Amino acid sequence: MKPTSEQELSELIAQATTPFHIEGGGTRSSGLATGNALDTSGLTGITLYEPGALTLVAQAGTYITEIESALAAENQRLAFEPADLRDVLGTQGESTLGGVAASNASGPRRISAGACRDFMLGVRFVDGLGGIVKNGGRVMKNVTGYDLVKLMSGAHGTLGVLSEVSMKVLPNVEMQLCLRLEGLDPARAVAAMSTALGSPFEVSGAAQDADGIVLLRLEGFEASVRYRAAQLTSVLADFGAVDILDDQNLCREIWRDIRDARRFKDVQGNLWRISVKPSDAPSVLEALSPSQAQLDWGGGLIWLAVPKGTDVRAKMTVTGHATLMRASSDTMQTLARFHPEPTPIAKISTDLRARFDPKGLLNPGLMGGLS
Amino acid sequence: MDMPSPSKMVLSRKAELVSRLLQVLPTDAVIEDEMETRAYECDALTAYKCPPLLAVLPRSTEEVSAVLRICHEMDVPVVPRGSGTSLAGGALPTADCVILGVARMNDVLETDYANRVIRVQTGRTNLSVSGAVEEDGFFYAPDPSSQLACAIAGNIAMNSGGAHCLKYGVTTNNLMGVTMVMMDGEIVELGGAHLDSSGLDLLGVICGSEGQLGVVTEATLRILHKPEGARPVLVGFDSNEVAGACVSDIIKAGVLPVAVEFMDRRVIEVVENYAQAGYPLCEALLIIEVEGSEPEIDAQLTLIREIAERHNPVEFREARDGDEASRIWLGRKSAFGAMGQINDYMCLDGTIPVSSLPMVLRRINELSDEFGLDVGNVFHAGDGNMHPLILFDANKEGDLELCEAMGAEILKLCFEAGGCLTGEHGVGIEKRDLMHVQYAPADLDAQMAVKDVFDPKWLLNPAKVFPLDASDSRRALQVAAE
Repeated sequence: MKPTSEQELSELIAQATTPFHIEGGGTRSSGLATGNALDTSGLTGITLYEPGALTLVAQAGTYITEIESALAAENQRLAFEPADLRDVLGTQGESTLGGVAASNASGPRRISAGACRDFMLGVRFVDGLGGIVKNGGRVMKNVTGYDLVKLMSGAHGTLGVLSEVSMKVLPNVEMQLCLRLEGLDPARAVAAMSTALGSPFEVSGAAQDADGIVLLRLEGFEASVRYRAAQLTSVLADFGAVDILDDQNLCREIWRDIRDARRFKDVQGNLWRISVKPSDAPSVLEALSPSQAQLDWGGGLIWLAVPKGTDVRAKMTVTGHATLMRASSDTMQTLARFHPEPTPIAKISTDLRARFDPKGLLNPGLMGGLS
Repeated sequence: MDMPSPSKMVLSRKAELVSRLLQVLPTDAVIEDEMETRAYECDALTAYKCPPLLAVLPRSTEEVSAVLRICHEMDVPVVPRGSGTSLAGGALPTADCVILGVARMNDVLETDYANRVIRVQTGRTNLSVSGAVEEDGFFYAPDPSSQLACAIAGNIAMNSGGAHCLKYGVTTNNLMGVTMVMMDGEIVELGGAHLDSSGLDLLGVICGSEGQLGVVTEATLRILHKPEGARPVLVGFDSNEVAGACVSDIIKAGVLPVAVEFMDRRVIEVVENYAQAGYPLCEALLIIEVEGSEPEIDAQLTLIREIAERHNPVEFREARDGDEASRIWLGRKSAFGAMGQINDYMCLDGTIPVSSLPMVLRRINELSDEFGLDVGNVFHAGDGNMHPLILFDANKEGDLELCEAMGAEILKLCFEAGGCLTGEHGVGIEKRDLMHVQYAPADLDAQMAVKDVFDPKWLLNPAKVFPLDASDSRRALQVAAE
């Protein structure tokens, strides 16, 4: 089913008696999808774009590529740099704004600019009874009533199907530089990244790639970026030689690879995405001894591959959460994709879903269950 | 302002409530004397006052939990209070409520520079969070103008902003985790020093829920290293329209100043009389501040100067040293005080798309003529968060009502221009009855459904945010339960 307007979407859900699995461009794995496919990619089009107000509003099914090219024409961008996970997940299709918003998909700039949820200004959605709801708006400061925009970000469609999203966008940058440090173990790597992120030099990406190379990104006006690169080099002197990469295409490619976890494309085993306090990352890696790992967000985001069926959560002794990103369906039958929540939180989540989707139509198997 | 009539059942059980609270709190934490409860009769929206039944001042999360458990069992409404600086009446009591003040809970629990977070008890004031990390070069970014007094608890409840949020975001963008006590006394932990949630973003909806979903007792906040430097410029224009266009062009050009403040002629004149900051007497004045290293500041200011000059400013003044920088900020920082010297005023808080600035300012002037009340405009132009100050005389019969009616018209105008009723102060009781303007019944129902889940009995700050006629049936369930 592929509604082409919010009204159609609303009628479709109002009349439905069997569950849906909601799909934007189908680029994200939806685990053990059950129910009829509800395809939102028929809701398309940028409805408003005001570069001077840093605001863009689009229908949920609008392709991210379409949005990014409209922004590029005005030298602006989606600063939270949503990942393109098609390669690593083996999916096809085109990523949509609704899919990005519903999964709160955020890339390396999460640590400086913020997450997708921080750039979402407003939503329109259809709840599980077919009711059309709006929340937020298209201005940057808005505390009028509860922030259901945040609640919808990362809800994976379980509280409602997004029909329209308004986003805050940001100016593009004049240039970037990538600083490289080699030969650091995870503990030293996280310490180096913490030093950089705790400096006044506005690091917009801090990762350790699968080869163990620490990468730091600086962006902005050229004079400023070069000055900050020089300052950081001396601040990081204790961690070894700093190599500065100037080639703009190469820099972009490096951060695209980190963002999309591309190194895990051909790696065997289950792929996990783990969010922890950055200084906890080394102990997590030690406990899990993955075949391959990548740190992003200064250590706060771990991508790792482990042998099939490994229960990563059982070996995690620190606070945080682990999401199973890629696994065979038999593993998906035994390991929940989303991190189980403590009882009182799980109860709130269940109750919210019962309120917004009393008939249990919207991605019923997703989150909280086994997928 | 309508408020629900107090529950006779609750009023009649005051003695029993006090005795139960004294079993879980020390004597000095329960305030029942009528002379003393009066200290809690209002917040910074002083036009409305009502002493609470009691006030309690717990010192720990466990004490908060014990208080809420008792109030939940006895069906007593609870109004949480930070420092009482709300301009929207967020902490206004009802006669049958317990004010739960978190002011005594103000410790720093953990400072973690490696992970760039600080964990505090939420009674701590906003400025003293930065104060705790300042010597090490760090700061907490959201900076509401009441930051000397306002508490983190209230900042979270109202999702407070400040002058620098164009670059750093508001509270919700800097809040990473909370310890919260639910109305039934259960203590829950959300988020922490790691980023984002695996499940629903409950933290996101708690921030800005005006104390209606739970009482947040501890918070993990993001801290940042201070920039190497900052420098403001002052630009004067002979029309509001041109100043508005200049702001939009600067943002479009790829510069993201840390603050863009706007003042109109009315405010400039009053401020000059009051503070002698040396401002040019013109129609509109912008203060634009950029941050970073010297090269960064120079690069940004060069671009800003180029853009401003295309708009023929009557003056472009760049601060050459710290002293000149303070002089540029002096007038802006004393604006509210200066306006208060000449009159009573009501401060509005609507937000509009930056592109609508000239139209909205023109309409506000027309409304000022229609209502016969003077208006000054001083606000955060970069993010469109307006603060029109309507001047009135509190001692003159009917003037407050006239002022409120005009305020409502201005807020409707903000919404119609594509904006919203409140950008950083919150709804409270002040904008409660205007919520219908911005939201359809289904939109309000969806929000109230969240409260149903967190606080099924509707005991936490129940008469706020939602128009009483919209929340009636939900609150009535509570009354019926009596």
